[in-house]
Amino acid sequence: MLECFRCSTIGKSTLLSLLAGLIEPEHGSILLYGQKLFQKTSGTIGYMLQHDHLFEWRTIEKNVLLGLEIQKKLTPAAQEKVYDMLKTYGLYKFKNARPSQLSGGMRQRAALIRTLALEPELLLLDEPFSALDYQTRLTVGDDIGSIIKKEQKTAILVTHDLSEAVSLGNRVLVLSKRPATIKSVVDISFPDNASPLERRNFPEFKDYFNKIWKELNQDE
Amino acid sequence: MSEISLAQQKFLLTQKKHRRTVTISRLCIFLCFLGLWEGAARLQLIDSFFFSSPSRVFLCAYNMVLDHSLFAHVGITLFETIMSFFLVLISAIIITIILWFNKKISETLEPYLVILNSLPKSALAPLLIVWLGANYNTIIITGISVAVFGSILSLYTSFQSVDPEKIKLIQTLGGSKYHMLTKVILPASIPSMFSIMKVNIGLCLVGVIIGEFIASRQGLGYLIIYGSQVFKLDWVIMSIVILCLLAWGLYTLLSRLEQRYQNLAN
Repeated sequence: MLECFRCSTIGKSTLLSLLAGLIEPEHGSILLYGQKLFQKTSGTIGYMLQHDHLFEWRTIEKNVLLGLEIQKKLTPAAQEKVYDMLKTYGLYKFKNARPSQLSGGMRQRAALIRTLALEPELLLLDEPFSALDYQTRLTVGDDIGSIIKKEQKTAILVTHDLSEAVSLGNRVLVLSKRPATIKSVVDISFPDNASPLERRNFPEFKDYFNKIWKELNQDE
Repeated sequence: MSEISLAQQKFLLTQKKHRRTVTISRLCIFLCFLGLWEGAARLQLIDSFFFSSPSRVFLCAYNMVLDHSLFAHVGITLFETIMSFFLVLISAIIITIILWFNKKISETLEPYLVILNSLPKSALAPLLIVWLGANYNTIIITGISVAVFGSILSLYTSFQSVDPEKIKLIQTLGGSKYHMLTKVILPASIPSMFSIMKVNIGLCLVGVIIGEFIASRQGLGYLIIYGSQVFKLDWVIMSIVILCLLAWGLYTLLSRLEQRYQNLAN
C-alpha cells in the first residue's frame, strides 16, 4: 500500500483523477504495469472518494452492485462474489437495509466493496476516512486496511493524517507544493501481520512519524 | 415495543386530543359558514338571487345530476386538467433532460424560459384560441402553457443541485453521461418532481379554467362565465364549490402518492 501525502489541498485530488483516468493529462502519459492508461480504463482502477456516496434510494445490495450494473458485468458469478464479500465483512444481513440505517464504518465498508466488486488492479483512496470522527476513523482505517490486504490489492491512499499514513502504508510518498512532485519516498516496514492499529504501538511508529514530519516541514 | 410507559401514554393521549380539536374546529368553521350563509339568505339579509345559498346550490347540483349535464361539465374539466398535467410532466422531464445533456442549449434558452415563465399566461389564451380554434385541444394547451415553463426551470435547478461528487462516483465506476442521468440525477430528483407535480395540478386547473372562460361550450369554466352572464349565480357558485373539491381531491391524491413513494423508499 502506498501513501501520498501533502499538508495542503494542492494537486493531490487532481493527481488521483489523472490516475483514475477521469481527466486526461495535457501532455505525457501514465503507465500502469507498463501499459498506457486511457480514459476508459475504469475497471482496472478502482477509485474510492472522500465520502461513501451510497445512494439512499438503493438498498445496500443494490448499492454495492452499482458498478457491475453500469459496466454490464452483473453475472451470477460476479454477484456471488459480491455476496461473499458482504458476508466476510459483516454486511450480508444488512443487504436490504438503506444506507442511512448503517453506521459510518459500515457505510465505508460497503463503499469499498462497491469498488472491489469491479476487481480493480489498483485502488485509489482519496482521504476515505476524513469525514469520520476520530474513533470511527481508527477502526474503519483498521478495517479497510485489512480488507485491502486480504483481497491482495495495491492501493494508493491520499491523506493529511501522518499517523494514518504510517499505520496503513508500506511506502509513503511525500508530495511537494504546487506543482505536486514527489519530494521524498519513505519505505515503511513493520512486522508482517501487524494491523494498522497495532502498528501504532511499535517504537518504529514515532520514528517514521518524525521522519515524515521533518520532510514535510523542510521548505517551510 | 408492547410495553408503553405511562409518560408515553400521556404523550400519545395529548397528541390524540390535539388532532381531535383541530378536526372538530375545522368542521365547526365549515358548518358555521354554511349555517350563516343559509340563515342570512332565508332571513333575506342577503339577496339569494345574487349570493345564492347552500340549499339552492345543492338543489341546483341535484337537478344537474338528474339531467346528467353536471357529469359532462365536471368530466370535461377534469379530463382537460389531467391531460395537461401529464403532458406538462412528460414534456418538462424530456426538455429538462435535453437541457441537462447540452450546456450550450440550456445556457442559450435560459433567458427565454425565464421570460416565458414570468409572463402571465392568461394573456396568451386568446391568441391560442385564434390560432388553434375553440376546442378542447386549445384548452389543454392553455393548461400546459401555465405550468410547463416553471416546471422546466425548477426541475433543471433540481438536476443541477445533485451533489457533483455523486456524479463523479458514476465516472469512477466507468459510467457514461447516460448512467449519471439514470442512476443518480433522475432518482435524486424524484422528491422535487413530487413537489413540482403538487404545484402543477393547481396551475393546470387554473389554465384550463382560463381556457374554458374564453372558448368553450362545456366545462366548469364555461358554466361560471355563462352563469354570470345570464345571472344564474347558482351555477357559478356550484361550479366554484366543485372546483374547490376537485383541487383538493387531486392534491390529496398526489400527496398520497408521494407518501407511498416515501414509504417504499424507506
